[in-house]
Amino acid sequence: MLKIENITYSYKRSKQAVLSNYSLEVKDGTICGLLGKNGAGKSTLLYLILGLLKPQSGEINYNGFRPFDRKVAFLNDVFIVPEEFYLPNVKLSQFVKSMSAFYPKYSHADLSRHLSTFEMTPDVHLGHLSMGQKKRVFMSFALACNTSLLVLDEPTNGLDIPGKRLFRKAVLDSMTDDRTIIISTHQVYDVEKILDHVVITDTNGVLLNATMMDISSRLLFAFTNNKDRIANALVALDAPGGANIVELSDGYSETDVNLETLFELVRQNPTIVKDLFGGR
Amino acid sequence: MDFNENKPIYLQITDGIMDDIISDVYPSDGRLPSVREYASKVEVNANTVMRSYDWLQQQKIIFNRRGIGFFVLPEAKKRIIEMRRNIFFRDEVEYFFGRIKSFGLSPDDIKRLYSDYIARVDETP
Repeated sequence: MLKIENITYSYKRSKQAVLSNYSLEVKDGTICGLLGKNGAGKSTLLYLILGLLKPQSGEINYNGFRPFDRKVAFLNDVFIVPEEFYLPNVKLSQFVKSMSAFYPKYSHADLSRHLSTFEMTPDVHLGHLSMGQKKRVFMSFALACNTSLLVLDEPTNGLDIPGKRLFRKAVLDSMTDDRTIIISTHQVYDVEKILDHVVITDTNGVLLNATMMDISSRLLFAFTNNKDRIANALVALDAPGGANIVELSDGYSETDVNLETLFELVRQNPTIVKDLFGGR
Repeated sequence: MDFNENKPIYLQITDGIMDDIISDVYPSDGRLPSVREYASKVEVNANTVMRSYDWLQQQKIIFNRRGIGFFVLPEAKKRIIEMRRNIFFRDEVEYFFGRIKSFGLSPDDIKRLYSDYIARVDETP
């Protein structure tokens, strides 16, 4: 379990706090989508969770560890794939040999399986790969480390069209009941169907933290050209031939969650979201 | 699988599985893929697949052998066809009749059209 309580963080040169009095809980065994506007502090939050940054106040607790203490037992059980990363100019086999030593639950069989899902081979040289290929390989390694917490920052950026599909397959394939994957992204369509939790965040706190099932039982997402429905919707986004709308659920019919319209609802009407799903 | 936008995914998944039971991809007493396997196959969250399997259990199409997996019940095919027939008469026929009436077609017109259709379909092997 990841528990963040009332943390505040600001970068040295800036007076404005990126996160202030910020709290969040993420349960184990979930694939959690972290959404938020540009500058909402998503990446900062991820670095704090990983112990790369230290909160100026408040507490972060992951399975009994304070991330910034950087205990070995914590560090070897968490992994982050940042949006941009550097890979050394060596063969994958050499990279794996030196890096896997840090992760006790690393599995070579899993690496082969994920590489094959990503349509890559184990004999590649990291210096000879394109950005997207690097991402495929690094992500395969990250999944194969089998850490209980895996954080992916904009994982689908730079992946080609089939790559995004393969990414979903690999993530779902690596999922177990005691693993938590946090995916921070703006590419909502890439991940919409694989999430079980959604967190929409802003500098002043979490605007929404709910399961996809909870959201789809309380809100109805639809595309319609009915003028009355559009006028009365909680939020309506114009689209060719009508609008994508969100309505309160009638408690009977059920639809899938559309993250783009959900995000807009949270932006335009945070009060109703708070009333429906609680939160700060 | 091509996901339809209006129907919740978990029900689209049940449709796909039922098609596969009808066409013997999953035969009577055959084992379905595990929830996680199926989730990865159709690229959706495991909870969504779990809901599909729950729904199929409630409809007595599959059953759960604790710790082993989900299996197709012997009477699954019969139930699926029965269920689809009920849905057809409740929703599709109702809609079809509504359309027919709005176009001013008579029962005799329908009889002729349906006879023509049968003749045409039976001709082509």
